[in-house]
Amino acid sequence: MSLELAIFVIVGAIAVASALLMVISRNAVHSALWLILNFACIAFFYLTLGATFMALAQITVYAGAIMVLFLFVIMMIGPQRLPEPEAPIRWQTPVTVFLAVVLGTVFLIVAFAAILSGQVTVPGALHDVPTQAYGSGESIGSVLFNAYLLPFEMVSVVLLVAMIGAVVFTRNGTHSTGAE
Amino acid sequence: MDQSAVNIGLYVILSGVLFTIGIVGVLVRRSAIMIFMAIELMLNSANLALVAFARQHGGVDGQIIAFLVMVIAAAEVAVGLTIIVAVFRRIKTVDVDKLHSLKG
Repeated sequence: MSLELAIFVIVGAIAVASALLMVISRNAVHSALWLILNFACIAFFYLTLGATFMALAQITVYAGAIMVLFLFVIMMIGPQRLPEPEAPIRWQTPVTVFLAVVLGTVFLIVAFAAILSGQVTVPGALHDVPTQAYGSGESIGSVLFNAYLLPFEMVSVVLLVAMIGAVVFTRNGTHSTGAE
Repeated sequence: MDQSAVNIGLYVILSGVLFTIGIVGVLVRRSAIMIFMAIELMLNSANLALVAFARQHGGVDGQIIAFLVMVIAAAEVAVGLTIIVAVFRRIKTVDVDKLHSLKG
């Protein structure tokens, strides 16, 4: 087993374990922290794939901004007021796990079939990226602002709408609780 | 098979496993915030597959799509958490089973 594969297996095990702990953790704050660890592992995988800009965006946007927002809301509501309620359907969890295992098996079959058929291959070692600037902010930016200019503008409008929507929602919530 | 590097298929397998765990989280947990975090996990696993396929083809387009997914996820989190807070203010719980006002 090469060093690169060994590192992949170790970090991949950490990613899967943190995702599982995120799902089964009773405390919402613990779940958020496990999810941050999972995002860090995925940022590491972006680095091994040569996507340096994506790795930094993953850390700043996901592990930074989004998870801070999650933790902020959890703290505001209060983690002690977020107990996991009893499931009204008793057989829901076993059935869900069974169906998830079926789905995961389908994923694995597809991925292994693709590997065995040679459609996905070993792209070369980490130092062997297609070009020197592959995945850098410069290459991402030049493609983003030329070929993907329209999606970029649409996404910026979506962000603006989300921002205004968040402001409007909180204003309405304050108003209705104040009227009660 | 060259043993000196990691096959892209392994990234796809990892992405599928993480996606499956995210689906389990969405279906099993009852707290709206936990369901939301599991959705973020699923978005991230899809992003990992996109970046892996971009590496496979040597292009940068997959990374840009993953970047756009990231931006949309940020917008979704902003609106979704606001909705959760508004719901919590009104009915004092984030249990999704209690949200049955629209039940026919």
